[in-house]
Amino acid sequence: MTAVSKSAPGPGRSAKGSSLAPVSSSRKIKDRLVQGLVYAAFALAIIPLLSVLWTVITNGLARLDADFFAFSMNGVTARDGGGGAYHAIIGTLEQVAIATVISVPVAVLTAVYLIEYGAGSRLAKAISFFVDVMTGIPSIVAGLFVLAMWMLTLQIAPEGSGFAGALALSILMMPTVVRATEEMLKLVPGDLREASYALGVPRWRTICFVVLPTALTGILTGIMLAVARVMGETAPLLLTIFFTKAINFNPFDGPQGSLPTFIWDQVSNPQQTSLDRAWTGALVLILLIMLLNLGARLVARRFKPAAGR
Amino acid sequence: MAKRIEVSGLHAYYGGVHAIDDISMTIEPRSVTAFIGPSGCGKSTFLRTLNRMHEVIPGARVEGKVMLDDEDLYATGVDPVAVRRSVGMVFQRPNPFPTMSIYDNVAAGLKLNGVRRKGQLDEIVEGSLRGANLWNEVKDRLGKPGAGLSGGQQQRLCIARAIAVQPQVLLMDEPCSALDPISTLAIEDLIAKLKDQYTIVIVTHNMQQAARVSDRTAFFNIAGTGKPGKLIEIDDTSKIFTNPEQKATEDYITGRFG
Amino acid sequence: MTSQSGIEAHVGTPARPIGGAVSTGRAGDRIFAAAARGSGILVLAIMAAIAVFLIWKAIPALQKNEANFLTSEDWNPNAVPPRFGIAQLAFGTLMSSLLALLMATPVAIGIALFIAFYSPRRLASGLGYVVDLLAAVPSIVYGLWGLLVLVPHMEGASKLLNTTFGWIPVFGGDNPGKSSIFTAGVVLAIMILPIISSISREVFLQVPRAHVEAALALGATRWEMIRMSVLPYGRSGMVGASMLGLGRAMGETIAVALVLTYVPGINWHLLENGGSTFAANIAKNFGEAGEIGRGALIASGLVLFVITLVVNMAARAVVARRKEFV
Repeated sequence: MTAVSKSAPGPGRSAKGSSLAPVSSSRKIKDRLVQGLVYAAFALAIIPLLSVLWTVITNGLARLDADFFAFSMNGVTARDGGGGAYHAIIGTLEQVAIATVISVPVAVLTAVYLIEYGAGSRLAKAISFFVDVMTGIPSIVAGLFVLAMWMLTLQIAPEGSGFAGALALSILMMPTVVRATEEMLKLVPGDLREASYALGVPRWRTICFVVLPTALTGILTGIMLAVARVMGETAPLLLTIFFTKAINFNPFDGPQGSLPTFIWDQVSNPQQTSLDRAWTGALVLILLIMLLNLGARLVARRFKPAAGR
Repeated sequence: MAKRIEVSGLHAYYGGVHAIDDISMTIEPRSVTAFIGPSGCGKSTFLRTLNRMHEVIPGARVEGKVMLDDEDLYATGVDPVAVRRSVGMVFQRPNPFPTMSIYDNVAAGLKLNGVRRKGQLDEIVEGSLRGANLWNEVKDRLGKPGAGLSGGQQQRLCIARAIAVQPQVLLMDEPCSALDPISTLAIEDLIAKLKDQYTIVIVTHNMQQAARVSDRTAFFNIAGTGKPGKLIEIDDTSKIFTNPEQKATEDYITGRFG
Repeated sequence: MTSQSGIEAHVGTPARPIGGAVSTGRAGDRIFAAAARGSGILVLAIMAAIAVFLIWKAIPALQKNEANFLTSEDWNPNAVPPRFGIAQLAFGTLMSSLLALLMATPVAIGIALFIAFYSPRRLASGLGYVVDLLAAVPSIVYGLWGLLVLVPHMEGASKLLNTTFGWIPVFGGDNPGKSSIFTAGVVLAIMILPIISSISREVFLQVPRAHVEAALALGATRWEMIRMSVLPYGRSGMVGASMLGLGRAMGETIAVALVLTYVPGINWHLLENGGSTFAANIAKNFGEAGEIGRGALIASGLVLFVITLVVNMAARAVVARRKEFV
């Protein structure tokens, strides 16, 4: 303690008697500088977001008319006005619906295995790890895989089909839904399960009728966000659904349209009429995605009180 | 270096919640003042207003005056950073910086204040660790992480870290509540030693501890849940524990508390 | 834990009045458990199948390839004889992703710090949502925006960089253009911002209050508190986050394909037009590809798959290590 008192002019002690001498200006400047940088970083991120939204909305409004939702591109060339994305919207909705139907049961069951059955086992660890890795698969690789397996090896609809596209999308959806479901199952209190077991209810019925319904809204939120994510995927669809300008309701036979590939196709032409359609396609796509995001938020909000305990 | 604290008309709020109500007291230099009272009575909140740590919680604010000798901590233009340099704090749970070595933990505050010379740093680090009764236990492993020490050693490390910047006042928020009895004894010995140099304020739940270490004791209470905490009385510790003015104080220290 | 006590509870009720119900329960249990387990195994099988089928379909094309697949800069799989190699693609993928990483990481960490420590508490979650919106915009829209809005503006920026930093080789060259690897890097940077910032933000919000208060109570300014308590705690989280961002950038297809103009050959002058990436090359050439062409694209996709797999696994390992250290 003597050392403390002898340690000559103490740190931060100003020459005058005041103990509350202001912090040295270099420290203050550094603090302010970092604050400025941090604010600037946020502003910098907002600029592209606003620019993207602004250009998509202003340019997209030009062709946001009834025709756009009522007609396909059949017989319409790049130079022509008119034409629409009816075929593409149909295709996107069908493909996303099929992808959801395929991926959700697998993903939810996988999550159930990870949380309720396999917890801690080596298999569960491996699955969990690869689910993480799967979230990082480039979307185009998912497309190549479906191309290589489904279309080139099994020779099913090698000329492209909406279903092949849906298969690729379902691979991209799976990990997201598994993770979301897992998080929700973890939130279900353990005593709820035990209460059910104590009544002699078999495990599978407990999971199906007690655990999953409790977590339902949370899982729904996760599914909606996953759908919103894959709805905008373009790359895997290029390799699997190919192109058509015409309406094709049948996802199992022949090329199908989709909103992302519609935009990709339209932007490849330099004509303004074509670019207008691309912008409007982008606007419709963003609106669909935002709607799903918003829906997911609303569902999540309803869930909150239950998760809060 | 120890200074007197004079609090007058102090209120503290968390958002819309009135946490402590109109507290005035004088805390003498080179002495130990203990704050006691039931949970939620605002004694920790009050402690945190003495070095402006209260306001780091979002939505929290303070009204009133806290004079450190002749300077108001809450005067306009006073930088809370400067206040905290002068009024050190030790927390309930030992919180050494986990990525820093023992040496760097003690030197952390010094480096902030621009002490860079190795010789001076070494000297102050050793002095502070000696001051915290920790030097002999750690002098051979100053480069090891502070998180590797026992709980009691970590708490003394935190005290060394706090006194290294030579504050005028040392605030301790239940410094022994996470420690075993032997470590608690070590900290209490240390407090007795430090009061020669510092103004020490300690919040404690343990009334024996208050009686053992403090010169003066303040009793805080609340009228009920949701009501703000109040200072009931402050007096010499011997007086508080033998012959308090207020009935509520007597009830509390004799365990007849509702 | 709960699952084990579940078994006991179930087994421990032998005296059920209706024997049939018990057996139904057990059969149901077995079927359900098998389905859950099967689904998990299916996920593993898909990962394995991706590798197997990509390899299988790549081999015939690779056998007919007359050029060195790893070192050749040509991409002429439809020629006779077919000549193709991934050197240029690997170069473009790496450079554009690294540029994106360099640009995005500081900004993303700044955003995370802003939301976690600088913005008013009430706004924090709303601001986080705004940044997440960046992630919700699909890549085709970024591509459209990049091509029609950003690219026309990039010429000036490229020239400026070229004149001021031309002495750095990668910023050198005589013809700074607008459809360059650098432009692709800018678009990718915007696209990977949200993932890096949201993971960093999560890590920052987990920094124990005790560490934050320890620094503040010593008289640290806000920045000093961040430097002493937040950044050391969040370091591996930030590294992992930017690696995940890197993986995402390397796999991004459409936005890059729309922004880049293909010029054959590796060009170290990243401000000049040209360059291609694995993913963009697949999207652009798939339409005209014949049988060998498709095989060649699949082979290049296999390489991309392996690279992103490695990057992602490493990133996960780094992020996971953080959990041990607290």
